[in-house]
Amino acid sequence: MKVSYFPGCTLRTKAKDLDFYARKCAEILGVELCEIENWQCCGAAFVSAKDEVASKLSSVRALAAARDAEQPLVTVCSACHNVIKQTNHAMQTDAEFAAKANLYMSQDKEPTEAYNGETTVYHYLELLRDVVGFDKLKEAVKNPLTGKKIAAYYGCMLLRPGKVLGFDDPENPTIIENFIRALGAEPVIYSYRNECCGSYAVLEDAEAAKKKSNKVSENAADNGAEMIVTACPLCKYNLEKSGSSIPVVYFTELLATALGVKEDTDAE
Amino acid sequence: MLNKTERQKEQILRSSGVNPLKCMRCGKCSGTCPSYDEMEYHPHQFVYMVETGDIETLMKSDSIYKCLSCFACVDRCPRGVEPAKLVEAVRLMAIRQKDANHLTPNDIPALLDDETPQQLLMSAMRKYSK
Ligand code: SF4
Ligand code: SF4
Repeated sequence: MKVSYFPGCTLRTKAKDLDFYARKCAEILGVELCEIENWQCCGAAFVSAKDEVASKLSSVRALAAARDAEQPLVTVCSACHNVIKQTNHAMQTDAEFAAKANLYMSQDKEPTEAYNGETTVYHYLELLRDVVGFDKLKEAVKNPLTGKKIAAYYGCMLLRPGKVLGFDDPENPTIIENFIRALGAEPVIYSYRNECCGSYAVLEDAEAAKKKSNKVSENAADNGAEMIVTACPLCKYNLEKSGSSIPVVYFTELLATALGVKEDTDAE
Repeated sequence: MLNKTERQKEQILRSSGVNPLKCMRCGKCSGTCPSYDEMEYHPHQFVYMVETGDIETLMKSDSIYKCLSCFACVDRCPRGVEPAKLVEAVRLMAIRQKDANHLTPNDIPALLDDETPQQLLMSAMRKYSK
């Protein structure tokens, strides 16, 4: 199966592992990630204001490119997932916003047909759950992560707003825990798994961000986790910068270890 | 003719799509807000201060830069008020004024470390500058 793929700015730079192993593992699972040509950064944070249009066009262009290729659009970074899904929802439900966005897009050098939210967007984890299937994933595992106690850290961008993203139950998610089980490891449930790491506030108030990140990593460790798994480069940065006592790894690294394309399970 | 306060309120309501009258002032949004300690005005206060037209006060407060866009208040409000969208609309009204960006590209180099992900710079620029 072929899908359109939006890597995003951070997977090209600081989070190369997230990208590299996502591609490798997809191949093994029978999915080809076809990178969208000339994609532009999604902006990393959705601006909810209805009168903010221009800054959302990069997402609309990626969505339209996937529509033209007749493929679903897949993202690996949780922020890209959040921004692109929320933009898609605005294109589907806010006619005035969609009209403005399409008017801008009609001025592009090579304009595409007007876009009205036709594309299905999957986060890579959703692709594993809904398209590949966790049972198939389990069968593909070569090196089960038996005995590892792993805490899933959802943060905000995968889950909220729940009604728009439709990713999982925002208060009691199960997708990453089931992913961890499929790889043969044991998920650790802890209450801070869907609370904020401090996000972009770290840039001007590192102490405030640290307070929030510490709560997350301490809560995971207190519940017996040996490592934390995330899909978000900014969550990883904040948890590590605030001195998490346990390693923080990308979910694609775990996946690659279990599928036998990467050697060690621990964070470098 | 609308006076300035009425115009501001109308713009905030239109830009956010929020109806503050749905709020029952239970405070759950503020109770769940991870930035509660850093905010001078809390999410439930944004709701009633927009409703009463006290928008200038919010625009001048640092609270608009303390919101993390975590959407916890959006998902957990029992009345579907979506306070974060008001915070966003007030912040935009503030930074869209002339020379009012909260963060400029010149500020960035001093804030970097070796591990800073691009995502952090992009999201901060998106939220703090027009
Ligand atoms: S949670 Fe909703 S109803 Fe309760 S105070 Fe906040 S905005 Fe109002
Ligand atoms: S979106 Fe902003 S105001 Fe709402 S809970 Fe999160 S930090 Fe607080």
